[in-house]
Amino acid sequence: MNQTVAGPPAVEAHGLVKRYKHVEAVRGIDLTVYRGETFGFLGPNGAGKSTTIKILCTLVDATAGTARVAGFDVASERDAVRRNIGLVYQEPTLDGYLTAEQNLRFHGELYGVDRATAADRRHEVLEMVGLWERRGDLVNEFSGGMRRRLEIARGLLHSPRVLFLDEPTIGLDPQTRVSIWRYIAELRAREDITVFVTTHYMDEAEHCDRIAIMNEGLIVALDTPEALKAAIGKDRVQITTADDTAAIAALESAFGLKAALLEGQVTFAVAGGAAFVPHLFEKLGVPIHSVTVTRPSLDDVFLAHTGTTIRDVESKGQFSPMAARYRGR
Amino acid sequence: MTETRIANVRVLKPSLAHEARAALVVWEREMIRFSRDRTRVFAQMVQPLLFLFVLGGGLGSLVSHGTGGLDFRTFLFPGVLSMSVLFTASFSGISMVWDREFGFLREMLVAPVSTASIVLGKCLGGATVATIQSIVVLVLAGLVGVPYDLLMMAQVLLLLFLMAFMITALGLLLSARVKQVQSAMPLVQLIITPLMFLSGALFPLSNLPPWLTVVTHLNPMTYAVEPVRHVVFERLQMSDAARATLDPGIWWGSFAVPVWLQIVVVLVASAGLLTAAVGFFSRTE
Ligand SMILES: Nc1ncnc2c1ncn2[C@@H]1O[C@H](COP(=O)(O)OP(=O)(O)OP(=O)(O)O)[C@@H](O)[C@H]1O
Ligand SMILES: [Mg+2]
Repeated sequence: MNQTVAGPPAVEAHGLVKRYKHVEAVRGIDLTVYRGETFGFLGPNGAGKSTTIKILCTLVDATAGTARVAGFDVASERDAVRRNIGLVYQEPTLDGYLTAEQNLRFHGELYGVDRATAADRRHEVLEMVGLWERRGDLVNEFSGGMRRRLEIARGLLHSPRVLFLDEPTIGLDPQTRVSIWRYIAELRAREDITVFVTTHYMDEAEHCDRIAIMNEGLIVALDTPEALKAAIGKDRVQITTADDTAAIAALESAFGLKAALLEGQVTFAVAGGAAFVPHLFEKLGVPIHSVTVTRPSLDDVFLAHTGTTIRDVESKGQFSPMAARYRGR
Repeated sequence: MTETRIANVRVLKPSLAHEARAALVVWEREMIRFSRDRTRVFAQMVQPLLFLFVLGGGLGSLVSHGTGGLDFRTFLFPGVLSMSVLFTASFSGISMVWDREFGFLREMLVAPVSTASIVLGKCLGGATVATIQSIVVLVLAGLVGVPYDLLMMAQVLLLLFLMAFMITALGLLLSARVKQVQSAMPLVQLIITPLMFLSGALFPLSNLPPWLTVVTHLNPMTYAVEPVRHVVFERLQMSDAARATLDPGIWWGSFAVPVWLQIVVVLVASAGLLTAAVGFFSRTE
C-alpha cells in the first residue's frame, strides 16, 4: 500500500446521499481511498454499492454530499474525473458485433488516447488478460469469462488512475476468478493505479488492502481484513454430538450461548474458542464426537455487520439462525 | 502473462480534435456493423424494389393517361429512392435503442466527450449507410427510363444524404425517448408510414384536396423529396403540361419555394431534431 505517495487521495467522499423515488440507496457515507491501494466494497444485494460507484464515476448525481476522485470534483469536474477513471460495470457494455480489438480501438478514440501509443497499449492490455490471440474474433463468440477480461482490459486502456470494478468476477469459474485477481495484483505492481472493487466473494476480499462493508446505504465497517477479523473477537466452534437438540439446549443453559444447526453441525461463536473446548467437554453432558474451532473469517465479519451471510445473499434472504443470532448483538 | 514495457499513455486534454475523433469512431462503428450485416442490406432493398416494379408496374396502365405519356415508374423513381432512405435511415436512428439494451450506449455516454459528438457521429453514420443503400435503387435508373447522368447521380446522392441525415436524427430522437426494444419498431412504422405517404414521394403535389395540401406542406420530408425529383426530372424529356402536373414544385401560397430554400428547410429540421436528441441523451443517465 502506498499511502505515503504525494497527491490527493484516489477517492474522497463526504456525506454522500442518493435518494431514488422509493428508496434511499445511499444514506450518508464518508470514505477515503488512498492512492495505490486495492479497496474492497462489500455488502448484500441492494446495499447501495453500485449506486455509490455510479456517483463516484459521475454517472448519477448525488442527492447530497460531495466527492472527489483522482483529485477532481465529481459534480463540477465531470470530464476530468471521467478521463482519470476506468470503469467495469456490473452489466456488460461491449459491442458483440465488433471484434475484441475494435472494441478497444473504439474506446481509445473516445477517450482520446494518443494515437502514437494506442496500438502498443492495446497489445499490452490484451496480452495481459490473455486475449491477444483472439483479438480478431467477434465478441459475440466469446465466453462470459473472456468478455469480462476484455472489459477489464478496456477499462485499463486509457491508463486510468482509479479503476472501478463492479463485481468483476460475478458468474465466473474459480480459475477465471483467480486469474482476474492475478491481473489486479499485477496491475498494482506495474502501474500507479488505485483499484476500487465490489465483490460478493469473501475469499476475494482477502486480496484487498482495506475493505468497507456496506449495509442498507451505510458503511458499517471499514478497515484492513485482519483488523476486521480481529475486531470480531469470537471464534467459530462447530461440534458433532450424539444428540444435537440436547446439545443446543445445554449450550444455552450451561453457557448462555445461542447455537444453531448448520450443515449438520452444532455451530456457535465464542471468545477464545480453543480454551473453551475443555469446559465444553466438562459441562455439556452430551457425548461429543468431534470439535472444530475456526478463527473468524471475513464471512463472520460480514455476518456480524450485516446480519446475513454471503450465502444468504446469494439465495436471497432466507431465514438464517446464524444471522438471527448475530442480529441481536 | 508477459512483462511488457508499460506504454505511458495519458489521455489528452479536451479539444475539438478529440471531439472529432470521437464522432469519427462512432461513425466508423456504424460502417463496420453495416458491412457485416448482409441480411440487412438485402432486407432493406426488397421493399423499395417492390414499390418501384410491382406497384409502379401494376398502377402504370391505370394512371397512364394522367402522366402525359411518362412511364409511371419513371415518376415513382425519385420517390422510391426517398423511400429506401426513409426505411434505412429511420432504422439506423432507432438502433440506438438496442445500443442501450446491450449496454453499449453507456460505454459511449460515459466517455469524456460531449454527448453532441456521439450523437452527431451516430447520425452521420446512419446517413452514410442509408445513402450507400440507396445506390442499389439508383443503379436501376436505366430500367425505368432515367438516364445515367453522372452529375445527376452525384446531386441525387448528396440530396439523399441530407434527407437521410434528417431521418436518422428523427430516429435518434425517438430512441432517446423509447426505452423498450419491443416498442421501437412499431413506433418507427407508425412514424415513417405517414411521413412517406404525406410527402409527395408517391404522388404529385398538384391538385390535392386542401387538407392534404396543408399536411404535405408541413411535412419536412416533402422538402427533402422535392429537390430529388427536381434534379431527376430536369434530365427527362416531357411536355410542359406534364411537368406542371407531375412536378409542380412546392408553393407557399403564391410563392414558389426555390430548391435552395427547400434544402434550407431540411437543414433546419435536421438541426432541430438533432439538438433535441442530444438534449434528451445528455439528460438520461
Ligand atoms: N435507477 C434506480 N432507480 C430507482 N432505484 C434504484 C435505481 N438504482 C438502484 N436503485 C435502488 O437502490 C438500492 C441500491 O441498489 P444498488 O444497485 O446500489 O445495490 P448494490 O449494493 O449494487 O446491490 P447488488 O449487490 O445486488 O449489485 C436498491 O434498493 C435499488 O433498488
Ligand atoms: Mg451492484
